[in-house]
Amino acid sequence: MNKPLRRIAIFCGLLVLALLIRDNWIQYVQADELRTNKNNRRVTIERYASPRGNIIVDGKPITGSKETSGSDFKFKRTYKDGAMWAPVTGYASQAFGATQLENIEDGILTGNDDRLFFRNTLDMLTGKKQEGGNVVTTLSGAAQKAAYDGLKKQGGKGAVVALEPSTGKILALSSYPSYDPSSFAGNSTTTDTKAWQKLEKKNNPDDPTLNRALRETYPPGSTFKVLTAAAALEDGLYTEADQKTTTPLPWTMPGTTTPLKNEGNIPCKNATLRVALQYSCNTVFGKIGSDLGNEKMLAMAKKFGFTEEQFTPVRANASVFSDGMNPSETALSSIGQFNTASTPLQMAMVASAVANDGKLMKPYMVDELQSPGLDPIEKTEPEELSQPMSPENAQILQSMMETVVEEGTGSNAKIQGVKVGGKTGTAQHGVDNSENPYAWFISYAKDNDGGAPVAVAVVIEDDKAVRDDISGGGLAAPIARNVMEAVINSKK
Amino acid sequence: MSSTNTSNSPTHHTSTIGAIGAPSRRNTELALLAFAVVIPVFAYLNVGLAINDEVPAGLLSYGLGLGLLAGVGHLVVRKFAPYADPLMLPLATLLNGIGLVVIWRLDQSKKLQASQAFVEAAPRQLLYSAMGVALLVAVLIFLKDHRVLQRYTYISMAGALFLLVLPLVPGLGADVYGAKIWIKIPGLGTLQPGEFAKIALAVFFAGYLMVKRDALALASRRFMGLYLPRGRDLGPILVVWVMSILILVFETDLGTSLLFFGMFVIMLYVATERTSWIVFGLLMSAVGAVGVASFEPHIQTRVQAWLDPLHEFELSRAGVQDGIVHSEQAMQALWAFGSGGTLGTGLGQGNSDLIGFAANSDFILATFGEELGLAGVMAILLLYGLIIERGVRTSLAARDPFGKLLAIGLSGAFGLQVFVVAGGVMGLIPLTGMTLPFVAYGGSSVIANWALIGILLRISDTARRPAPAPASNPDAEMTQVVRPS
Repeated sequence: MNKPLRRIAIFCGLLVLALLIRDNWIQYVQADELRTNKNNRRVTIERYASPRGNIIVDGKPITGSKETSGSDFKFKRTYKDGAMWAPVTGYASQAFGATQLENIEDGILTGNDDRLFFRNTLDMLTGKKQEGGNVVTTLSGAAQKAAYDGLKKQGGKGAVVALEPSTGKILALSSYPSYDPSSFAGNSTTTDTKAWQKLEKKNNPDDPTLNRALRETYPPGSTFKVLTAAAALEDGLYTEADQKTTTPLPWTMPGTTTPLKNEGNIPCKNATLRVALQYSCNTVFGKIGSDLGNEKMLAMAKKFGFTEEQFTPVRANASVFSDGMNPSETALSSIGQFNTASTPLQMAMVASAVANDGKLMKPYMVDELQSPGLDPIEKTEPEELSQPMSPENAQILQSMMETVVEEGTGSNAKIQGVKVGGKTGTAQHGVDNSENPYAWFISYAKDNDGGAPVAVAVVIEDDKAVRDDISGGGLAAPIARNVMEAVINSKK
Repeated sequence: MSSTNTSNSPTHHTSTIGAIGAPSRRNTELALLAFAVVIPVFAYLNVGLAINDEVPAGLLSYGLGLGLLAGVGHLVVRKFAPYADPLMLPLATLLNGIGLVVIWRLDQSKKLQASQAFVEAAPRQLLYSAMGVALLVAVLIFLKDHRVLQRYTYISMAGALFLLVLPLVPGLGADVYGAKIWIKIPGLGTLQPGEFAKIALAVFFAGYLMVKRDALALASRRFMGLYLPRGRDLGPILVVWVMSILILVFETDLGTSLLFFGMFVIMLYVATERTSWIVFGLLMSAVGAVGVASFEPHIQTRVQAWLDPLHEFELSRAGVQDGIVHSEQAMQALWAFGSGGTLGTGLGQGNSDLIGFAANSDFILATFGEELGLAGVMAILLLYGLIIERGVRTSLAARDPFGKLLAIGLSGAFGLQVFVVAGGVMGLIPLTGMTLPFVAYGGSSVIANWALIGILLRISDTARRPAPAPASNPDAEMTQVVRPS
């Protein structure tokens, strides 16, 4: 009987060997894959195991961490003025994951980033607990507050973006209605889940978690005429602000029998670019668009950043300017109607490029990543995105936009003692323009030394207001003015 | 048999096998037992420091308790089975002790404490361990010679069948997550009769095969290089096969089914020395498993969960209601292993409580995986390997065919059980509801396995005893050893 016994011994040995091999497979070969699987709750447990690093504005944290009990997550994210800052921070929730800055910079905030490895190892040796690093933003607390308060007072849906034209720093990024990410930062099924469900689009038609400043595109309406004017100047179609254009009134769009209408009885016949922008003449800019053609208009729009997603590093949707349009469609697109659609960020970039003498800077909101000991890990350097127009043409356009504020539709944006350039917009939407229009305003303010510290885009979609009352100058311009003032005052 | 051994091993005097004058090795056992008690005590301390930052209050009583169990076991072995294998008792004590520590560690988990079914498992397991050691002591004291068991061949069979049928009795059986292998004893808790049936069946197979092995081995026809058994000799294997299939169908427990059939095939092969039985056994188990899986949804789910545990996890999370219990445990166990990596997180610092239900019984190996890492699990597996090796060695050394068959049956079943449980938890084979011997929480398992070790100790004591008494049983006559003088 011993021969089969020995074979059974070998068989049992093989069984144990198979277990050993399998164990090596799952605990060595596949270990990392299993450990970091997104469904593996340990990933989240680790994310909240130590106090999360903070997101910093003006040197002060707008986030926090607090110790919690009752679950396997040790710490919970807290927010100061959560609703105001939500479009910047996004959220970090134990139950619902993380988005935007909280997600993109998760490695730094948790302290698990590879760039912190050396430091973590040191901490482990000295017995210090791992901590998260900080994300220092470019935002301005005063500008953000002005933007959010303005939108809130207005009461309708809307968004504000403010940029520093010379660098591309995002100074304000506001969306309304907003949400407080603190309300669902935990994982309680009674409070956090309820708060979360209340914010979901299917339960809340206002969709408060939508970041309108970056993720919603609106027809830009007349504000787009700034871009069309830039295209006319750059192409050489017209070379000066006060040169008469050849624009008949009424002007019938090529290939159609439809005349393009102006809003009211305004002096648009053969109007100069300055006058046309001041009164917001559809005929003048529609004709420019149709004269230049789809290709040239699209090329200019692309130079300003249209058709591309922007990464600030939070992703912004691509703005739209269509290709393959006939002259009449191009004419409509050139006054910000038809298919043209833009994110608030995109129109702020247009204003910013004009203010920065034609140079478009890449918009960004993370100034610096810091280690837990506040040492810089990575600093964002301003980066030129493109040069859509020459400095000379940019200055011509600036003088036109300044006329708009001084004598035209944008007078609500005037600031005492400061030179402001802007452009209003009222974009129609809905079938037969049945829905309430969007009120737009884009602008910039200038220092006494000629530099432009801020460019702003404001959009308001208000279905409560009476249609006639909505105009970029009436609703949006005051908010833009407050934001610009806030930036200028904070520089003093 | 040992005659072959003595003939081809000129250095037999130094081997542990059947040599006359072999040292009893009781002091070796005592020294090893000291380690087997000290290691779990340190592990216990480690858990307390990791979880509560303090020396656990129960450290002393735990150490004393484990030490007492080991001490009593040792003294009884010294008195009643002085020549028994010196490794088995320390190995079982070490596994039992480490298991207690990990069960206690899981008792500290807030997550598990929050579940409705939570009970403090460690004190109960300690009680079960004491009962197990008591049973070991009883076996060693009252079972003077393992050949006595031969008399109870058919009673064992009846007992085993009775135990196996118990969970199916209405009102007595308990369905836990689809497998019906438990019975409820009001006021006492649940019992897994299969664990005891394992021993009873081993006794029956050994007694039956010892008598029938010549008939089964010699009368055969040659076909394609294999010796095929005669049709009428196929009877017993068919009966056991059918029994296993019935367990699978009615108790939906792949593990127990595989264990009994595997044990029988191993013993049949050892008894007859015919490879053809192995081939038959494999074919039959394959046919049986595939056949049952084709209509039994519970088994199908287990197989699907094995092939794609992540999908099963998602189904479970999504709360899919399709009449089948979807469980995320298989995936949770794999994540625990993966998160442990090479060296583990350290005792008390993992998150294996995410497995939830049965984290301290069927899935306890995952906690070892996460907290002690690859190194720890390999060590545990090697400890099991050693127990099996000592069991096989006992079988080799045994002088009578009954003892040989019983020893290989018990250690083979032990080995298969370890493989089925550990392989299931690690995703090597489909998961089945069985407990890891000695380590996992569960009274039946611990008590039955201590009894199993008791019988193996008895057989090895008889085998290594310097001057074996003349066999009282005529059946053992032909196994009389050619004794070197």
